[in-house]
Amino acid sequence: MSPVWSITKKELVSYFTSPIACIVIAIFILLSGFFFYSLVWWFNTQAMQMAQNPYYYQQININQMVFAPFFHNLSIILLLMLPVVSMRLFSEEKKMGTEELLFTSPVSVFQIILGKYLAALIVLLAMLALSAIPTIFTFIHGNPEPVPYLLGYLGLFLLGAAFLALGIFWSALTENQIVSAVLTFGTLLLFWVLSWAAYSARGLWQDVLNYLSFFEHFDGLTKGVLDTSDLVYYLSFAFFGLFLTHSVIQFRRWR
Amino acid sequence: MIETEQLTKKYGDLVAIQNLSFKVEEGRIWGLLGPNAAGKTTTMRILTGYLPATSGRASVAGFDVFEQADSVKQSIGYLPENVPLYPEMTVESYLGFVAEIKKIPASRKKAAVDRAVQIAGLQSVRKRLIKNISRGYRQRTGIAQALIHNPKVVILDEPTIGLDPAQIKEIRDLIKSLRGEHTIMLSTHILAEVKEVCDGVVIINEGKLMASGSLEDLARNFSQNDGVYLRLDSTDREVLNLFRHLPGIQQAAREGAEIRLEWPWGQDLRTRVLKLCLENNLEIKEMRSLAMNIEELYLRIVSGGMEQ
Repeated sequence: MSPVWSITKKELVSYFTSPIACIVIAIFILLSGFFFYSLVWWFNTQAMQMAQNPYYYQQININQMVFAPFFHNLSIILLLMLPVVSMRLFSEEKKMGTEELLFTSPVSVFQIILGKYLAALIVLLAMLALSAIPTIFTFIHGNPEPVPYLLGYLGLFLLGAAFLALGIFWSALTENQIVSAVLTFGTLLLFWVLSWAAYSARGLWQDVLNYLSFFEHFDGLTKGVLDTSDLVYYLSFAFFGLFLTHSVIQFRRWR
Repeated sequence: MIETEQLTKKYGDLVAIQNLSFKVEEGRIWGLLGPNAAGKTTTMRILTGYLPATSGRASVAGFDVFEQADSVKQSIGYLPENVPLYPEMTVESYLGFVAEIKKIPASRKKAAVDRAVQIAGLQSVRKRLIKNISRGYRQRTGIAQALIHNPKVVILDEPTIGLDPAQIKEIRDLIKSLRGEHTIMLSTHILAEVKEVCDGVVIINEGKLMASGSLEDLARNFSQNDGVYLRLDSTDREVLNLFRHLPGIQQAAREGAEIRLEWPWGQDLRTRVLKLCLENNLEIKEMRSLAMNIEELYLRIVSGGMEQ
């Protein structure tokens, strides 16, 4: 068995026995369920009113009126909750002294990081998969377009993967889980705010800020537009996060 | 089996260890002895590949610690001072995880776990969560973890710290039972432990090597004579003269209630001393060897600054 998978398994055991993963997933489902319910309810009242007028009736689109705002809501919940998922990855090992076991095993630092990251991605996948259950009913009782729906979930997964890569980086820097979570949360907020700053910026700055913002790249996906530059953005963000984590761990030991 | 050459580690300006050179032979149990903050943990961390050294060389089981780190990690079992346990795992699943990251093939994993459980005496707790077992069992789990891949070299950092006397004895017996199959280096600042368990020592103080070698060799180097302490029922002053006239005795002196007798290395005058006592109707209450007094040796080496 690959050592990466061994580490992933071990991480999943601690995620689900220390009830962090269960609590995070439960609250995520609760909130996403609430948002979805209220969006569908609002969509229904709108649809009733618009049904009076044939012109407006043409405009009704469940993807735009329910799923696009739903995905945006979920992206903010992920921003608030994923730091809790990533905070323990290295901080806890450092505090418990178990990193000495990991780093004196014939497993490379990169394999350790990858194993831990995979475990966090699996928790993210579980959150997203379970939040999708109520949305299935819209497919049974209505006819939303599947492509923007699937791309929206892909976008959420990529966004979450980027959040987690940033989180694992901070957790490698501190042995305190709270500090790790707060730093992750703070950095994520900063990236979120970049898109607001982009509104007031001009020229090149506007492009740069827009490019850096997490949510700028997410918009397209929720509208059903698959742009490779968005994919590249998220993947390179995640890769860069893992690379920095690797550098931090090596630096701490070699200094 | 373990060899270091001019090993130095600095943390910024702080010198943790300096020009440390020593050797441990195969199949022996060696103690790394020194006061707190002498650099014991740093030395062990370098040998296990957890920390890089600033300069110098080290090799374990024939592999260079810095250039063949993976081979070294494969042939070393390490128990850090803070036993690296995951409290939410059972003893068995924890050992299984360690077996996996030590790259034991899946087909041999169960056998390896069973063997480690057997050696460390964990049969009664193997299904229990680590957070629910006693400190002594946690320490045993830590040792089982270090032995799981049957490494040539085992490095134990303060293996008996924080245990009660019965547990200390159990752990020491466990370590002694490993003699021969594994080369073991254990760090400690408890002299009795060295005396009971180890074949030899490396003594360091403030990061510098003070002495290294087998216990007999060290005793020979640091004390000129062999001899005994004798406790008799009589406190008569004349008794001392009796011993002084025994052929071969270099020195006879009273130290408190005991008499200290010294003779040159290589002779054994114990039988002659006994005979003398019998002839003179002196009742012997106690007789113990002078040379193996490790406390004295240690204090002379560490505080006297007697570098080899």
